Amino acid sequence: MSASDIERNASSALPPFVELRGLTRSFGSNHVLRGLDLRVDHGKILTVLGGSGSGKSVMLKHMIGLLRADAGEVRIEDTDATGFDEAEWIRVRKRIGYVFQGSALFDSLSVYENIAYPLREHEDWAEARIAERVEACLEAVGMVGIEQRMPAALSGGMRKRVAVARAIALEPDAILYDEPTTGLDPGNSRRIGRLIQSLQSRLNVTSVVVTHDLDLCRSISDQIGLLRHGGMLETGSMGALNEGRLPEIAAFLEGAGDGNDEVGMHHRHAEPMPAGGETHGG
Amino acid sequence: MSAPTRVAPVPPAPGGGPAAFFASLGERVFDLAEGVGDFAQLAGRTWRAAFASGFPRRDVWIQLESVAVRSLAIVGITSVFTGMVLALQTVVSLARFGAKPYTGSFVGLAIALELGPVLTALMVSGRVGAGIAAELGSMAVTEQVDAIRAMGADPVQKLVLPRVIACTLGVPLLTVLADVLGIGGGMLIAAQNGISSDFYISTVKLTVTLESFLQGLSKTFVFGWIIGTVGCYMGLRTQGGTVGVGRATTRAVVVASIAVFVSDFFLAKLFVVL
Repeated sequence: MSASDIERNASSALPPFVELRGLTRSFGSNHVLRGLDLRVDHGKILTVLGGSGSGKSVMLKHMIGLLRADAGEVRIEDTDATGFDEAEWIRVRKRIGYVFQGSALFDSLSVYENIAYPLREHEDWAEARIAERVEACLEAVGMVGIEQRMPAALSGGMRKRVAVARAIALEPDAILYDEPTTGLDPGNSRRIGRLIQSLQSRLNVTSVVVTHDLDLCRSISDQIGLLRHGGMLETGSMGALNEGRLPEIAAFLEGAGDGNDEVGMHHRHAEPMPAGGETHGG
Repeated sequence: MSAPTRVAPVPPAPGGGPAAFFASLGERVFDLAEGVGDFAQLAGRTWRAAFASGFPRRDVWIQLESVAVRSLAIVGITSVFTGMVLALQTVVSLARFGAKPYTGSFVGLAIALELGPVLTALMVSGRVGAGIAAELGSMAVTEQVDAIRAMGADPVQKLVLPRVIACTLGVPLLTVLADVLGIGGGMLIAAQNGISSDFYISTVKLTVTLESFLQGLSKTFVFGWIIGTVGCYMGLRTQGGTVGVGRATTRAVVVASIAVFVSDFFLAKLFVVL
């Protein structure tokens, strides 16, 4: 039994928070996911690496039902969620926060209203209680005092942190981060990394971070995976990586490869999406 | 909305010629049918969202202000000048046959039945329909629509329903204004051509009955629904960044305008039959 197996067994008392089994998804002729398997353990930070267009965002969106799989299973705490209708997914989404690549703050709403949005949607709270929670969320990300500012008046780093504040408003059990440091300077990237770690340690939040930021990956991960050609090429713990048992990930972290995934890049297909329906990123 | 399983596009037949032509034609027909299906699906979801819990009353008022109040100037100016030019042409034409006194009847009926409703719808389509497509298109490409879903809310109820209701109610309200101002504009020109205002008004009253006024007005509910739904549909399916937003905006105006004309004919035909 290897060290990574021992680590896996230690955390396997609970079923995985999210598990993907044989996930397959195509957009027209672009086969993005081809039988992807992945498990996300409770209370851990899993970092998924992969080149541009490798399907990281597509994988993440399947975890909360923003995209529906062509084949395969999405399991949430050992329950098969693949066939969930929108109402059932809404119950799942209440427990899982999502930080979008471009922050996706609502331009027409202030920072306060952005963070209050999920609270107004799911909780029947008085305004004073909402204000209290909004302030607590902003405090958690170190952004107190910007409640009344509009998203357009914020820098990229501030927008990311407000997006994290919005994602933790409902005190979720898990947070999914889609390229949380893309477009940020090194200082802001490190700040986001520390924020992800502190949320996990303080609130025991399960985190999935998809990124191609190697520094972020090295600094925050409990577990690590490499997505390539529509599937997980390698997964394991940071310990296994340090012991040299994850050669593909080690090579990726060393900068080997062209950084792009041929699956995504060469067959990228601009397929129109149904109105109000699914969109897909890289 | 769960995406329907998509069929891979038909590859072009090698060598061109009739086979390639028919393959291309078939693909276009398939895309059109798929688009119509998606549009119908959005319309159905909007209808259901209207009766679901959490009706967005505040958003409806905000959108109604955007559609109706902020369109007052453009609709008002258009209507006055339409009435004026219509009266001018009518006076000149009818004078040849000694029928100048019928100017009020002609202008009133034309505006109440067709010009008021259709021109108002076209103005709203250009101003509001384009705005809706651009706003929702921008939200779609910056993942704000996905963010609404990720937070457990329904984009159709939050974004589409208020805009469709606002357009469906706003266009009729604006049409009433357009009818009044258009007939008033015609009165100014009629007065300059020797037709007294009292006589002009009396001929309008004689011709434009409550029935004909309501006939014109009832069409505008359909026009408003078309403008709102098409604008939302084009906006939500936007892809391809800022270029895609521009394309969606153009399509929204073109499709809504054509749909207004086509539906106007069939509604007019329906009223004639009834």
